[in-house]
Amino acid sequence: MASYSTNEFKSGLKFMLDGDPCSIIENEFVKPGKGQAFNRVKFRNLKTGRVNERTFKSGDSVEGADVLEIELEYSYNDSEFWHFMDPNTFEQYAADENAIAEAKDWLKEQYSYLVTLWDGAPLLVQPPNFVNLAVTETDPGVRGDTSSGGGKPATLETGAVVRVPLFIEVGEVLKVDTRTATYVERAKD
Amino acid sequence: MSADNWQPTATIDTLKRRAQLLADVRRFFAARQVLEVETPVLSQAAPTATYLDSFEAQYLPPGSEPQSYYLQTSPEFPMKRLLAAGSGDIYQIARVFRNGELGRLHNPEFTMLEWYRPALDYHGLMDEVDALLQEVAGLPAALKFSYQTLFEQYLKLDPLQAEEDSLKQTALASIKGLPDDWQSDRDGWLEMLMSEVIEPALAKLKQPVIVYDFPASQAQLARIMQKESGVSVAARFEVFAGGLELANGYDECLDAAELEQRFEADNRQRQQQGKSVMPLDVRLLAAIEHGLPPCTGVAIGLDRLMLLITGLNQLEAVQSFGFERS
Repeated sequence: MASYSTNEFKSGLKFMLDGDPCSIIENEFVKPGKGQAFNRVKFRNLKTGRVNERTFKSGDSVEGADVLEIELEYSYNDSEFWHFMDPNTFEQYAADENAIAEAKDWLKEQYSYLVTLWDGAPLLVQPPNFVNLAVTETDPGVRGDTSSGGGKPATLETGAVVRVPLFIEVGEVLKVDTRTATYVERAKD
Repeated sequence: MSADNWQPTATIDTLKRRAQLLADVRRFFAARQVLEVETPVLSQAAPTATYLDSFEAQYLPPGSEPQSYYLQTSPEFPMKRLLAAGSGDIYQIARVFRNGELGRLHNPEFTMLEWYRPALDYHGLMDEVDALLQEVAGLPAALKFSYQTLFEQYLKLDPLQAEEDSLKQTALASIKGLPDDWQSDRDGWLEMLMSEVIEPALAKLKQPVIVYDFPASQAQLARIMQKESGVSVAARFEVFAGGLELANGYDECLDAAELEQRFEADNRQRQQQGKSVMPLDVRLLAAIEHGLPPCTGVAIGLDRLMLLITGLNQLEAVQSFGFERS
């Protein structure tokens, strides 16, 4: 893997820091007074998802991280791994529990997920912002009640539980915002 | 080089405002009978400062060996030769060049306003900088603090006397993202604390801040003076405004022998760091030996001043073409 000098730092650059792959969010060249220049870097640790800062001496180098983001289709879960497939090459990828943590509640067969690969293995699976999922369990609907007030819990086909309006019935397909885990509307076919 | 992005990095309106700034600066100095001068951009000598890197250019005399010239990092040396020759108060709007400095707030070439005032003392020059910033950029009146006061206020330590290790511990404890194995020296830790702790605190103030009386070890070309306490400080000041380091000024050192020692010490440090040793400006030293009148001098980055005037946040937005489109 190539190495990158601080003068090549820019947002989106993937590099290794303390053994973890990271992505630069912001890079600032700083030259204090008459002193030695340095780079103040804000980055995301792609393994933990955490944002952090690090100061580098200008001219220092870091090792690049072999990190790639691709769209993969979710296939199935074999209780240990969650399997995804590249719809173009049909290549299979197995993601572990850590990698799918963020997407676990929203995994549905044949849906596309943004997968970050590190050295060819899934590091992080991100769900799309919106998914359509069927209701598998909820209290019986109250006909005629279309107001947004009140609401009740509904279990979706992936196991996720969201609050829905009282009129929603078992079997209906809902559009859900995965970022906030909230009901948006009845899915339009 | 690609043919894309041929357009300017600044808007035409911004360039009009920039032209206005240059006109305002010239009027400011005309009203004070300060003479505008021009000096060579290419010089056979170069500054020795450890962390200041000159661009080197080759002059090719037909039929002879190439000769090295350096693009000026500031017009300081030839302007001091003019002062020694009896010019009196002078100013210059100069294009200057610094190798390796590129970022949101750095461009390898930029415009510097530099002026020298035999007629003004150290604090008199600070007042004039303050007056200029109010007049040409509409900034509020500046606050003034000594370097020592700021370190005592924000970091509870005396920058002039604290041990290197206590500076290091303070820096590691107060600067997020600074790795534990960071290597530096006493001045390096002070500069790090200034840039990462004190400057962000000053950036929150509405007024520009003039910081004066730097540690003697950061004198550059300033006179060193003894305070009443017996501790030596450099008669050097900097101006910070809106999170930017805007200006650097000196009560000038008039002692050629002392300057020569500082230049040689710089060169030794350059050598230790594997950097090229720069040719000393012996004509500057001869001029100072001949007699530089007591004077004060200061340089202001006009591109950064444009950022304060326009509220824009990167240098290329106030320059017709930023470095990557030059």
